[in-house]
Amino acid sequence: MNRQQTNRLAMALITGVAILVVVPIVLVILFVLYNGIGAINWEFITAAPRNGMREGGIWPALLGTIFLTFGTAIISFPLAIGAAIYLSEYAADNRMTRMVRLAIVNLAGIPSIVYGLFGLGAFVLFLEFGTSILAGSLTLGLLTLPVVISTAEEAIASVPQQFRTVSLSLGATRWQTIRHQVLPHALPGILTGVILGLGRAAGETAPILFTVAAFYLPNLPHSIFDQTMALPYHLYVISTQVPGMPLEIQYGTALVLLLIVLSLTLVATFVRTSMRRRREW
Amino acid sequence: MENKIDVQDFNFYYGSFHALKGLTIPIRERQITALIGPSGCGKSTFLRSLNRMNDTIAGTRATGEVLLDGQNIYAPHVDVTELRHRVGMVFQRPNPFPQSIYDNVAFGPRVLGMAGSKALDRIVQESLEGAGLWGEIKHRLQDPALSLNPGQQQRLCIARAIAVKPEVILMDEPCSALDPVATLKVEELMRILAKEYTIVIVTHNMQQAARVSDFTGFFWLGELVEFGPTAQLFATPQAELTESYITGRRG
Repeated sequence: MNRQQTNRLAMALITGVAILVVVPIVLVILFVLYNGIGAINWEFITAAPRNGMREGGIWPALLGTIFLTFGTAIISFPLAIGAAIYLSEYAADNRMTRMVRLAIVNLAGIPSIVYGLFGLGAFVLFLEFGTSILAGSLTLGLLTLPVVISTAEEAIASVPQQFRTVSLSLGATRWQTIRHQVLPHALPGILTGVILGLGRAAGETAPILFTVAAFYLPNLPHSIFDQTMALPYHLYVISTQVPGMPLEIQYGTALVLLLIVLSLTLVATFVRTSMRRRREW
Repeated sequence: MENKIDVQDFNFYYGSFHALKGLTIPIRERQITALIGPSGCGKSTFLRSLNRMNDTIAGTRATGEVLLDGQNIYAPHVDVTELRHRVGMVFQRPNPFPQSIYDNVAFGPRVLGMAGSKALDRIVQESLEGAGLWGEIKHRLQDPALSLNPGQQQRLCIARAIAVKPEVILMDEPCSALDPVATLKVEELMRILAKEYTIVIVTHNMQQAARVSDFTGFFWLGELVEFGPTAQLFATPQAELTESYITGRRG
């Protein structure tokens, strides 16, 4: 085989592999869509489950997931942005900084069920928040921290050094420099990270298992100290714990959860592309 | 003629590398002082020592004194933001912020809390006039700064630097990214600015040093080989090294 043929073969193989990556995600979406679309109607979205969850809708679980996603955002956004600014702008290269980085890397590797147990011990029991939206949001917030911090740090680091230099040379303080010449340019990248993190949080089951999720609770929560149903756990329950559960409702629930996560990812992608297009340097 | 800045026995280290060796240089008020010498001779490092921009590099160390109006800027408790307010800087490449022309010039006065919005408009206009740019862009102050051509961008950077009303302006090869016409404009501008400001310019271009400056210092391997009035240094250099460098035999 001469080198031109090798070249063509390599191109074909690489292209084939790239296409192969797309196939599973498309199949999953189509599969869930095909099986679940029949269940989707106005009542399914807006009504509470009835008759041992075999009828009715998913509204309490859907709303619970929306609350939890917002709660996660409120907790992880300021923490992550603070940590990322510290790491990329202030931290000297010393043992403390290396420890923080090591902690972040390791946080990313911890199984989500361990987060759940930690949330139970720390937030539910020790801090006495009880099984509540607050405890669940805190647990999910922790879970998303590593990915959000890493993307935020990357976004901050990608702001050209000269903006900082010029700003400092004009007599701006370090904080003014960060506030006016670094964060505005990094913000879209930071938001992308937050939204991706939220996409992950919205779909997680294990961390909410002991911290917030109710098996069956047709009433809506009234405060952040209430329990709530949540879509991923609801899906788990109706798929494994309820005999005689109509398949269509299971897939309908899966479809709604999938759409939430996918739309968050899409929003993140959109933010990132529009940022790249606007960037002028 | 007064010395705006008096550098006395100044040494600078990057880690263990001794980059500037025992420099003693007078910077005269409202004059243009040019620093020439081959790449890596320390002239840019020296320039950045005058407003302590080297502080932002980890592992650097300075000894000796840099007296600005008699006060050592390396003394403890010196507020570097106040120092940089007084000693402004123009960089090698035009580097406007990716914002509007107006916001570029207004940034310094804003962060220093110098003016309300009415007064700010006036500062922006005066600074752009001072940089010889007002006539060209007065109708499009809200356009992105990066829509200007490189020569205009560099004059915008000069306007941005003078907007905070500094006393000294440091210029680090301000024309090296510009074409000859834009270079000439910036040089003319420097002569006008020297009526009000003390200017220190680093340049690779010896003709430029000869054209615009009043005093010239020649750097070689971190040392100041020769310093004197520009006309004298170029016509009758005292050191052999200076002569061979400016005549192009060394460098």
